[in-house]
Amino acid sequence: MSAIETNALEKTYSVGFWLKKQTQALFPLSLTVEEGEIFGFLGPNGAGKTTTLKLLLGLIFPTAGSARILGKEWTDPTVKSQIGFLPEQPYFYDYLTARELLQYYGRLSGIPGKNLSKRIDAVLARVGLPEVGGLQLRKFSKGMLQRVGIAQAILHDPTVVFLDEPMSGLDPMGRREVRNLIEELKHAGKTIFFSTHILSDAEALCDRVAVIHLGQLRAVGAVAELTANVRGQVELVWQGTVVPACMKALRADCHITGDTVRAILPEESQDFAIDALRRERLRLIAVTPVRTTLEQYFVEKLKTSEKTAGVQA
Amino acid sequence: MTTPIFHIASNTFREAVRDRVLYNLIAFALLLSGAAVLIGQISIDIERLVVVNLGLTAVSLFGVVIAIFIGIGLVSKEIEKRTLYTVLSRPVRRWEFIVGKFFGLAGTLVVNALFMAIGVFAALLYVAHAFHRPDGWILVALYFIILEFLIICSLALLFSSFSSPLLSAVFAFSLFVIGSFSEDLRGFAAMAHGGTRWLATAAAYLVPNFSTLNVISSVAHEQPVAAQLVVYNTAYALLYAGVALCGAVLIFERRNLK
Repeated sequence: MSAIETNALEKTYSVGFWLKKQTQALFPLSLTVEEGEIFGFLGPNGAGKTTTLKLLLGLIFPTAGSARILGKEWTDPTVKSQIGFLPEQPYFYDYLTARELLQYYGRLSGIPGKNLSKRIDAVLARVGLPEVGGLQLRKFSKGMLQRVGIAQAILHDPTVVFLDEPMSGLDPMGRREVRNLIEELKHAGKTIFFSTHILSDAEALCDRVAVIHLGQLRAVGAVAELTANVRGQVELVWQGTVVPACMKALRADCHITGDTVRAILPEESQDFAIDALRRERLRLIAVTPVRTTLEQYFVEKLKTSEKTAGVQA
Repeated sequence: MTTPIFHIASNTFREAVRDRVLYNLIAFALLLSGAAVLIGQISIDIERLVVVNLGLTAVSLFGVVIAIFIGIGLVSKEIEKRTLYTVLSRPVRRWEFIVGKFFGLAGTLVVNALFMAIGVFAALLYVAHAFHRPDGWILVALYFIILEFLIICSLALLFSSFSSPLLSAVFAFSLFVIGSFSEDLRGFAAMAHGGTRWLATAAAYLVPNFSTLNVISSVAHEQPVAAQLVVYNTAYALLYAGVALCGAVLIFERRNLK
């Protein structure tokens, strides 16, 4: 059974004073997330990530299509006791203390009173806020609020956890802790669906990722699979400060540091570049393949989709 | 009351208390004690009349202002601040959220009105030196004021479920003013002709009839309130608030929380 399954899920908004203009926020989206997977939903701001999350959580209604979570229709109220959600830049009732907020959410999630107190202590400790349970949330920093947000998302031990930009507002230590937490959740058999535009986080954590841009799904797959298709580059390093004239024609990006030159150029230009260095009697120090990052893949996908959108327009 | 409704209502009440809404009681106490002392010095034989009139009118107005200004933000503020997302992503149905908010605000207003009622009776005791049998009718007037709050809460929630806080405040306050003159509107409808008569009659029956819930003047004059009116007003207020609440639920159930 898939943890999350969307079938041609789409969303169109009517905008303008008379609501006559239609804006398609999400084009038909068909996606499957397996149980126990960490699934990254990547895209720049305004790509449709939050729209997708809101559709899955029933906060907005689809124009067409359907979704299933843990084998049940996403509109089934029983599904909600098995999911946790961290919204982007969460804001909570700031007149409550962290403990009161978690008590409120715990009760709404149906956690019995006798277990709730212990559970709150455990999650507050887990997100690194064991000492501030009695402090009102209006006194919390952005990073602390993000941690409280994560605490409320995992409070009721959900099977599927939706995280919208979970690293936002966190310092490097906080980001590392959240990464560890996500990995722990995976080891505990949970499914994690998280949206982000911080690609290094996705690359480090995700079993699979999907790239969405301008409301359309551009790619889905394991990070290694996706980046394997991207044309490779190599880095050449030679001694001296001379850059052969042909390097520009070979699309090499050259930087001179001290008495060495580093050039990054397409893989297919490698042999021509080495020949040119030999002709100039320059001493070659290193030839290293440049590993394709998810970021390069992402940028390339976005360029392609923007060109396509431009052509369609 | 199902569990999520109770928890949402409790949280709404707690929010009102922590946002220092009940501080209005201080203003009320100052107004009433000042008035009682002043009236004791300048009026002869009408102290009771003035204290009851002033006290109950203040209870009603303070409550209406609180009901409108909290009620209009109950839904829109939660959407704007996105606190609603973490509530509705739990096993909470949208109608439970609306009904919980309604009971939370209604509870706040009832507690507020009870404290004010104690103030009214204290002022009355100060000017009259003892309670008399007709003073019991003040409790009926207070009950009607609470019924008035229920209607206003439901209307504020209804407007809050689809419009901005500012527009909701304008709508709710306009309805309160028009509803307070609904008997006059009915009188005008009876005298009008043609399309105007039809429109005025429709408007008179559509706006809440706050005139029928206002017995402040009668109880101030020590006149009894008919049992029939108590039954009629109770049924009317519950029905009106129920319909407005259903409207709020129907709108909110279909609303996209952008």
